[in-house]
Amino acid sequence: MCLAVPGKVLDVEDRDGTRMANVDFGGVVKEVCLEYLPDLKPGEYAIVHVGFALQRLDEESARKTLELFETLGMLQEEFGDPWESAAEATGNERPAHEGVAGEVRP
Amino acid sequence: MKYIDEFQDPELARRLLDEIRATVTRPWALMEVCGGQTHTIIRHGIDQLLPPEVELIHGPGCPVCVTPLEVIDKALEIASRPGVIFCSFGDMLRVPGTDRDLFQVRGQGGDVRVVYSPLDALRIAEQNPDREVVFFGIGFETTAPPNAMTVHQARKLGIRNFSLLVSHVRVPPAIEAIMRSPDCRVQGFLAAGHVCSVMGTAEYPELAARHRVPIVVTGFEPLDILEGVRRTVLQLERGEHTVDNAYPRAVLPGGNPAARAMLDDVFEVTDRAWRGIGVIPDSGWRLSERYREHDAEHRFSVEGIDTREPAECRSGEVLQGLLKPHECEAFGTTCTPRSPLGATMVSSEGACAAYYLYRRLDLGTPSPKSPAADSAALEGSSVV
Ligand code: SF4
Repeated sequence: MCLAVPGKVLDVEDRDGTRMANVDFGGVVKEVCLEYLPDLKPGEYAIVHVGFALQRLDEESARKTLELFETLGMLQEEFGDPWESAAEATGNERPAHEGVAGEVRP
Repeated sequence: MKYIDEFQDPELARRLLDEIRATVTRPWALMEVCGGQTHTIIRHGIDQLLPPEVELIHGPGCPVCVTPLEVIDKALEIASRPGVIFCSFGDMLRVPGTDRDLFQVRGQGGDVRVVYSPLDALRIAEQNPDREVVFFGIGFETTAPPNAMTVHQARKLGIRNFSLLVSHVRVPPAIEAIMRSPDCRVQGFLAAGHVCSVMGTAEYPELAARHRVPIVVTGFEPLDILEGVRRTVLQLERGEHTVDNAYPRAVLPGGNPAARAMLDDVFEVTDRAWRGIGVIPDSGWRLSERYREHDAEHRFSVEGIDTREPAECRSGEVLQGLLKPHECEAFGTTCTPRSPLGATMVSSEGACAAYYLYRRLDLGTPSPKSPAADSAALEGSSVV
């Protein structure tokens, strides 16, 4: 949960008076709130935590970090299906559910 | 040199290690505060690459691990009520309460949902006006601002069926408590990078001066950790104790002012119990009076829950750096990621889980039958 992952802002829009963006995390796209970094622009990178951009990051370090996370399987840990892994861990059936809320399907 | 070729820049890693080796003249004990740093250290064998004089003590920075059993039990109780949709981050699913976990509550018919962001929980509340939607708000200074913003939004949009079960914790009072403990051996801190991305560094100089302890803001990638260790050891050898920022690419001295302002608006500082450690004064946040309407504890009466910690679990000592995970008798026998006794074995950032996954050979314990299943047992990733 608390992993903060760098991502690239794809587009920005105001939704219900809230600044939101689609952000690309090495292929996974998520909706992210920009209220804490309101002047973030498309093409820029930021450290994103639980759907909120918290601090700007330069492109080179963002790319390096994403590469590292990819190699270590941490993107999977962050964006994979937690019900699946919990079920696997307990040897139980995965309960019926609606996936992870807030998924933006690419 | 073991593991080092897996580093992103093995040459730089070697250089940093050489510098540390050349600097150190006597034993030093450093604590990494953040669970993500613990995970990196164990995964990459950094503690074994360092010269024997430098000991890394694992700190309490895993939010899943420090959430008190009482709060977990309250969450389970609320999640089991009819009419409630209980939303949580995925890593809380298997944290054991007194007699079950959220995963089991779902299996028994409770409407437990995993969200990626607290705003997703708010959206669920908007779409289900006839249900009570509760979000499990745990975590350190990194997670608190998103949760604060969500409550603020609920109020702004007039979404009244949304509430937060709050158990937020703050790092500086934990450092204070660790330094005050009579058993404390910590001589320097690697402070949690992303906590400082939000809060900046202003809270630390006073702590560093009063306890004469260097505090070096450190990221959580392998090279970040080595750089943090290098700078801390350098200060210790020179007899200095200042605050240093070894993670400037993500940490500005003032942190994120908008996030800090929102924290001040929505939350107020309160004493908080840490699992296994006990109450630390001023170490947490609760919703301020203005937002009481969105406080799940206020909305649901969940007092008087009878909590029982498993007697053999020593995660409190592990969280304070007084005990290494493999020194616990249950480690790897009655307590594994598949059937964890304590939260430090459930969360992948927990020190017990990190040791279990990456340290088996060094401990001389038999390999797990299915290492893949054991890593699958660790869902999510909690980094302060
Ligand atoms: S090994 Fe298990 S029982 Fe022992 S301290 Fe860690 S979590 Fe608790």
